[in-house]
Amino acid sequence: MLDRKDYKNLLAKSHSLIALLLMVLAFSLLADGFLSRDNFWTIMRQISVNLCISVGMTLVILTGGIDLSVGSILALSGAIMAGLLQRGTELEAVNLYIGYGAPAAIAVGLFVGASLGWFNGVMVTRFRVPPFIATLAMLTIARGLTKLYTGGEAITGLGQVFVGIGSGRLLGIPNQFWIAAGIVLIAIVLLRKTRFGRYVYAVGGNEEAAKLSGLNVARVKRMVYIISGTLAAVGGLIVTSRLNSATPIAGEGLELDSIAAVVIGGTSLSGGRGSVQGTVLGALIIGVLNSGLVIMGVDPFWQQVIKGFVILLAVVIDRFHSKEQQ
Amino acid sequence: MTEHDEIVLAAQGVTKRFGGVKALDEARLEVRAGQVTAVMGENGAGKSTLMKVLAGVYQDYEGHILLSGHEVVFANPRQAQEQGVTIIHQELNLIPNLSVAENLFLGREFLNGLGLIDSRRMRRAAAALLHRLDLDVDPRTRVSTLRVGQQQVLEIARALALSARVIIMDEPTSAISDREVDVLFGLIDALKREGVAIVYISHKMDEVFRIADQITVMRDGRTVGSAARAQLSHDEVVRMMVGRDLKDFFVQTETAHGAEVLRVEKVCLPHPDRSGDFLVKDVSFSVARGEVLGLFGLMGAGRSELFETIFGLHAKTSCGRVFVEGREIQVASCAEAIATGLALVPEDRKRQGLVMNMSVAASISLASLGRIERFGFLSDRLERVLAGDYVHRLNIRTATLGQSVKHLSGGNQQKVVLAKWLATRPRVLLLDEPTRGIDVNAKNQIYQLIHELTQAGLAIVMISSEMPEIMAIAHRIIVLSEGRQTAEFSRAEATEESILKAALPRSLAGDTKS
Repeated sequence: MLDRKDYKNLLAKSHSLIALLLMVLAFSLLADGFLSRDNFWTIMRQISVNLCISVGMTLVILTGGIDLSVGSILALSGAIMAGLLQRGTELEAVNLYIGYGAPAAIAVGLFVGASLGWFNGVMVTRFRVPPFIATLAMLTIARGLTKLYTGGEAITGLGQVFVGIGSGRLLGIPNQFWIAAGIVLIAIVLLRKTRFGRYVYAVGGNEEAAKLSGLNVARVKRMVYIISGTLAAVGGLIVTSRLNSATPIAGEGLELDSIAAVVIGGTSLSGGRGSVQGTVLGALIIGVLNSGLVIMGVDPFWQQVIKGFVILLAVVIDRFHSKEQQ
Repeated sequence: MTEHDEIVLAAQGVTKRFGGVKALDEARLEVRAGQVTAVMGENGAGKSTLMKVLAGVYQDYEGHILLSGHEVVFANPRQAQEQGVTIIHQELNLIPNLSVAENLFLGREFLNGLGLIDSRRMRRAAAALLHRLDLDVDPRTRVSTLRVGQQQVLEIARALALSARVIIMDEPTSAISDREVDVLFGLIDALKREGVAIVYISHKMDEVFRIADQITVMRDGRTVGSAARAQLSHDEVVRMMVGRDLKDFFVQTETAHGAEVLRVEKVCLPHPDRSGDFLVKDVSFSVARGEVLGLFGLMGAGRSELFETIFGLHAKTSCGRVFVEGREIQVASCAEAIATGLALVPEDRKRQGLVMNMSVAASISLASLGRIERFGFLSDRLERVLAGDYVHRLNIRTATLGQSVKHLSGGNQQKVVLAKWLATRPRVLLLDEPTRGIDVNAKNQIYQLIHELTQAGLAIVMISSEMPEIMAIAHRIIVLSEGRQTAEFSRAEATEESILKAALPRSLAGDTKS
């Protein structure tokens, strides 16, 4: 049986769920056509990229780090997939041309994302660069490389197979939603049911105690940056294939959206406390808010202001709650 | 101006509690103008707590503080400073990237008519102050470029800038060279002539006898004696420091010891900042199945560093050899140390022992997750069984296994840390102050547990600052002082006086080079 304290706890834990339900209720009354099947899938499609990236961001933030480079890694890996599909690789010296099918191009793109994440991790663990700085540098580096690779122009015309991944449906449900949902599920299991997941919480909660307990703290940290980079590349795959085009400015500002989703979802920026489930709610709240405000015809400039206040409100409520607990 | 020898600061019947634990119990102290009053006592005797009461760090005490005969209650350290009572902590409180003058007048900068900082006037005042203390540095020098001894003099200058009447120095010679000690003592003499009262906390007997006018000894939060230096001998001071009550302690029964499990030979750990100096130097010992080896030492003796070295935390810099069950091991990380059967219960459970947000179950399984893993996934059921078993065996008081450890009492938190390590099925348990800051009841349960573990064949090395505890629990005791092994006693041979004598640092010279 639940006693009063448990109810209070449950209520406190689900404050983002309650906020989400209240928002859905409010928009259903205020915005015509908000509560429709079409709009539901529109929202799901819109948040799926943010969701992929926010899952990686959650892992990084749980260890007490941050990854600002996700938007740029998304752009670069998307551009590389597009470039390989369209132009292939030409080795003039040996007069060799390699063409790529969709799977090979995607594999290379994901590998690039993972490698850049690994680089972030090495900077953080081996060279003790603060995560904020290391990934801020990568944000610039990867964006610059994207512009070099694309020559500042969009790469388009990527073929039916590749485009089908982002814009197709399976069982009537958009593919990108399946991808995001799969990543979320795997991440939940990873965090709750594996040794690695425990280590993530331990490293973020108390690095010193984790080290003394025999954990390889550096390896755990490197791993979360690799995962974050890889998931950013998955985001790049979704965006590029849906638009049938890789643009050099893809994913700009996405790092902020995903940090917002993680924070609204109740994960502590100092590490050790939070969950992927929370991040899913956070991403949904942002998605619903965006959609509702657009349908209501709110001035886009005001939309930004409102979003900012929602982030503040979420964190203030969270602080209030965790203080009460102590 | 204060007359020489007048009692300028006095503590009367001061009691201070931390939770249920009495850190000070009707402590008293008299400090006279123009004199050095040394305060001595073992770790945990209450010296630092009393000093913090005097300097306004703690306000919730019982008893009275008299400044020049009038009762005072300081609301904060700043108020104490304004009324002339300043404390110089062991870890200096200077801002490294600011200049000497900026540090001296921090928070009280001289301003010109426009409200901007008047650097010239500040530099002049600083220069005058430095001249008075014979410190030959430019006031514009950045503090980070000064040596530790110079920084200490700077702290004293800061106290003087506040026209301090009482300066409390907490272990001021622990980090400075012999020559700097001479400079410091010369300075103290000069301050005495000016009528400043000095409270001097130190473990170093020779130093205290060289500089002090009055010696006050504390034990268990009480003031056990106070006399003029001339009336005391070294031995009398040692006798006053020891002699704590034994009656609450569980006494370990003699067990037949088995084969040797852990042997360390000439373990040393160089000082990270001072080359040629060692935190641990040539320590060798062994411990057998069913045996408790006690490690005694005062603050800074290198006890925790010795454990850390054995446990592989300083693998890159340390030297010496470690054998487990006769086989030499080379541990490069804690994971390898755990794999060879070592377990370390660290000194500070909040900082090093526990992840406070984690549940009781997750905390217990953290160092042995392999035991609850099935096909690559952690099994909730196996984890509950494992944690439930230790919660039961160690009598851990928790509402549920899912409760987060931050809500447990100190004693129960400590038991969770012990459970975590026992779950790794160690052969050697290294315990660093396993009963620090926990109540008597929990202490006795931990003593009982240590007894049961040795009966089951575990070898235990235990660091403790509590003399009666170590004499009751350990079969053998080795004493560390300034990183060196200075004595070894069997339980029958050990007396509190002989242990403390071996633990007190030898001399001012501290012959670290030999």
